[in-house]
Amino acid sequence: MIDRAQVLHVARLARLELTDDEVGTMSRELSAVLDHIEKIGELQLDDVPATSHVIDVVNALRPDEPVPSLPREQALANAPEVVDDGFGVPSPGAA
Amino acid sequence: MSDGSGYEPVIGLEIHVQLKTNTKMFCGCELSFGDPPNVHTCPVCLGLPGALPVVNARAIHYALMVGMALGCELAPRSIFHRKNYFYPDLPKGYQISQYDIPICSGGRLGDVRIHRAHLEEDAAKLVHVGASGRIHGADASVVDYNRGGTPLVEIVTEPDVRSAAQAREWLTLLRETLRQLGVSDVNMEEGSLRCDANVSIRPVGSDVLGTKTELKNMNSFRYLERGVEAEIARQIALVQSGEEVVQETLHYDPVSGSISSLRSKEEAHDYRYFPEPDLVPVVLTETMIEGARAELPELPAARAERYESALGLSADSARLLAFRPELGAYFEAALAVDGESPQVLANWISGELVARIGDEDPAASKVTPAAIAQLVALVRGRAVTQGAAKTVLDRLVADGGEPQAIVDAEGLGAIGGGDELTEVVKRALESDPAAVEKLKGGNMKAIGPIVGFVMRETKGRADGGEVTRLVREQLGL
Amino acid sequence: MSADLIALSARDAAEQIRHGRISADELFAAYRERAAADAAKGEDGLNAYTWVADVTPSAPAASDAAPLAGVPLAVKDLFCTEGVPSQSGSKILAGYRPPYNATVVDKLASAGTTLLGKTNQDEFAMGSSNENSAFGAVRNPWDASRVPGGSSGGSAAAVAAGLAPWALGTDTGGSIRQPAALCGIVGLKPTYGSVSRYGMIAFASSLDQAGPFARDVTDTALLYRHMVGRDGRDSTSLQHPDEIALPKGVDLKGIRLGVPEELIGEGVESGVREAFNQTLALAEQLGATVETTHLPHAPHALSAYYLIAPAEASSNLARFDGVRYGLRADADDLLSMYTRTRAEGFGPEVKRRIMLGTYALSSGYYDAYYGRAQKVRTKIAEDFRSAFDSFDFIVTPSAPTVAFKLGEKTADPLEMYLQDFCTIPMSLAGIPAISIPNGLSDGLPVGFQIAGPAFSENRLLDAAYVLEQALGFDGSKVRA
Ligand SMILES: [Mg+2]
Ligand SMILES: [Zn+2]
Repeated sequence: MIDRAQVLHVARLARLELTDDEVGTMSRELSAVLDHIEKIGELQLDDVPATSHVIDVVNALRPDEPVPSLPREQALANAPEVVDDGFGVPSPGAA
Repeated sequence: MSDGSGYEPVIGLEIHVQLKTNTKMFCGCELSFGDPPNVHTCPVCLGLPGALPVVNARAIHYALMVGMALGCELAPRSIFHRKNYFYPDLPKGYQISQYDIPICSGGRLGDVRIHRAHLEEDAAKLVHVGASGRIHGADASVVDYNRGGTPLVEIVTEPDVRSAAQAREWLTLLRETLRQLGVSDVNMEEGSLRCDANVSIRPVGSDVLGTKTELKNMNSFRYLERGVEAEIARQIALVQSGEEVVQETLHYDPVSGSISSLRSKEEAHDYRYFPEPDLVPVVLTETMIEGARAELPELPAARAERYESALGLSADSARLLAFRPELGAYFEAALAVDGESPQVLANWISGELVARIGDEDPAASKVTPAAIAQLVALVRGRAVTQGAAKTVLDRLVADGGEPQAIVDAEGLGAIGGGDELTEVVKRALESDPAAVEKLKGGNMKAIGPIVGFVMRETKGRADGGEVTRLVREQLGL
Repeated sequence: MSADLIALSARDAAEQIRHGRISADELFAAYRERAAADAAKGEDGLNAYTWVADVTPSAPAASDAAPLAGVPLAVKDLFCTEGVPSQSGSKILAGYRPPYNATVVDKLASAGTTLLGKTNQDEFAMGSSNENSAFGAVRNPWDASRVPGGSSGGSAAAVAAGLAPWALGTDTGGSIRQPAALCGIVGLKPTYGSVSRYGMIAFASSLDQAGPFARDVTDTALLYRHMVGRDGRDSTSLQHPDEIALPKGVDLKGIRLGVPEELIGEGVESGVREAFNQTLALAEQLGATVETTHLPHAPHALSAYYLIAPAEASSNLARFDGVRYGLRADADDLLSMYTRTRAEGFGPEVKRRIMLGTYALSSGYYDAYYGRAQKVRTKIAEDFRSAFDSFDFIVTPSAPTVAFKLGEKTADPLEMYLQDFCTIPMSLAGIPAISIPNGLSDGLPVGFQIAGPAFSENRLLDAAYVLEQALGFDGSKVRA
């Protein structure tokens, strides 16, 4: 069960603005999905190691050799706002 | 700190060190300082959709060197995590950092224990530009991703520091250590060395930790010391007036000396760490470990220790020379020429020579290590007095050359106890009957003007002890 | 003439170009015309493409170095293609043209394929029906009132309908196999790590894997052969131990097939089960042994998947913040810029998964959700390992149903999630699995899934080929 307050807290963490309706829908839908998912709580998994990679690879390292960077025009080409050769953003107030 | 307040500070430091690799932590963009904005970016460090990070091998190498220098335990297998939060200087919406398995943990440098040292990527630079150049008129900031993705080693100490001065001194030691490792420019003003301090206070004698505050990014050694001092004072004043210290992140303003809260939000700091699925573990191999060990120079702490134990230098002298590697090297070169009196040699180098050449590398001055060694030998053999030797050093600093040749050319050789000195002493006594009266009356302090007269007359070439002996002899004392 | 060109398999087309019997430009034009005609109809057509090339790209001459020279390729929208829209089915990336190519796109270009177009998909590969695209739903060529499956629905529909000879897709929990099944074509989800993910707009990093769609197993193998390879830009990529061969074989003698009870039970509709059982009987006739087996943790795979994938997605999609590219909503302060941009840019399913994933990782819940899910993942991988001690392959239906009606499952996310019930366990284990057409049920295609151990693709393709030959499925009528 995930209530409206939790939905709002998670939405804030995820930087998603939700309408009042969406908060309700989200609370209902996520609760239903979590209900199903919570069955894994019944499994005995105490000594089981976690798998974050299914592949057995270690030390995928890169030599410290420069590769050409993007020309600045290209780096900025998709920017919604360009200011002084940089990416313009509204000033972080209480973000 | 015995300031009479009844409280002692407990300080831990968190240091971010920019590594001096050629390329960024996870992409092949070159590192830069002071270049025009956004010229060192690529799909990876701009966080473009689809781009993936790949670990820079040299960053691992440098982190191992740092770990070894700090006496850390090196994790046989370490992993990267994602630290999730939104900010424009963080292009992916997460920072790749190490979390529960850092590459280095434990350790000690000087009198401070190390908690951990881990690898991560630096954020980009966010500059506030005000309302200029924007359509909507609202205040804007501009992001420059050149710095974003620079490799960092974050070093976290245990809360072993007990004063602002100690914090400063220890950070100096750390900086020298890192400098000699050659892994970073360690420049606080330029941001390649950044220090935060966790500060709390507790009643003297208590071993309970008080609520700590985090003082951010003091960008010079002086500001670190002043900032920590101000924060200690602030906390003591708070507690003494019956208020409580609140856990928060603080900013020290070096201009006004004031401390202000940096973020009011602190919205439950939920970074949602999880293992970075785009990277695989780093598993140390013998080759990696040996490679790092082979490049370790003798580090300041070890060098100071050697100067103390093997050469018998005082702790202060040993640190003075060891923490400035160029002084240490110069000292050792001079010692190779004349190893009779290491402490005297150390004093001449770290005292008289440094007073004359300042921060300059002595090896680049006109005074060769052999010259200063010879000068010290001349003083030791009483061939030159202390005073005259300083004059010789002045000449050496100005023109270079051989100490003996300068002594000969300028007639600076010490005057022994012969007729010449007897004669000068005699004249000195005749010139100051009042002093003679006092001396005869048992007031030996009155010898000052007499010795001064002799030194003036001999241009400092007389030995002070010999002058005193002759005065006593001639006055029958 | 044009119809003859479209009828050629990709392998035959490459062959004929090599021998100068057809020209690469002609072939490209034939496909381009069909793709563009469909694209022009928008949502009244199949809506398989979000972008179609308007000029014929110059292909390298067919040679040993460029064996596929001149065979057009449709590419799922989420692969970055330099200067060409790469939007991952999302409004937040509408019109986005990246400055670089995905590694696999580059590899296939050097093998000689030409970029025909970008195919529609569920937004950020989240979906099983292709109804979650910001560019409209895709329709199933077998019945336009039905879904093609997802998330690579555009690629599957394009190949099935003869709008492309073959296509690239991605599979995170079934996004190649399920649409291949629903559209009556072949789709391979490779061993995790065998194809570079560099330049694939990420959904769930530890699960995402690119794979081929084709009309038959031989074309599937041929395309896959040129996709594999360790890539220095993807730390999780590995060198495939074998060169991928064109499939061969006439029987299944000595092949042991395991049928996991957990994946063929309720939820698999009767027509699908019937087709599955018939093919098992066929396999036995071809010399295979067929036995029931168990994947004890498979019933929990869906739960683990719906924690792991959304958690990774919530982090992968944090970069869509309106700062460097893509949509930005009007706002005077940074926080509103973020929250509005993301509210306007993401569709409901993406928001749902971001929320679910953020929640699963958030303070106090990590161990119970994400941490546990990773342990379940370990158990599922172990289940497969021990099954492969006794069996060469595990076989299941590719999807529990045939293509369903547009809108039929959109109201209930959980019901939609169940579409991937049979494919998710293999995704969690990182093992390869292929879906081949397994006849029709009520006139709609059914898929047969074969899964093998990591890097068993060559054997898997051989077995799939033998069954394909024996089944003799004919999908040509929807290419008319
Ligand atoms: Mg840090
Ligand atoms: Zn870069």
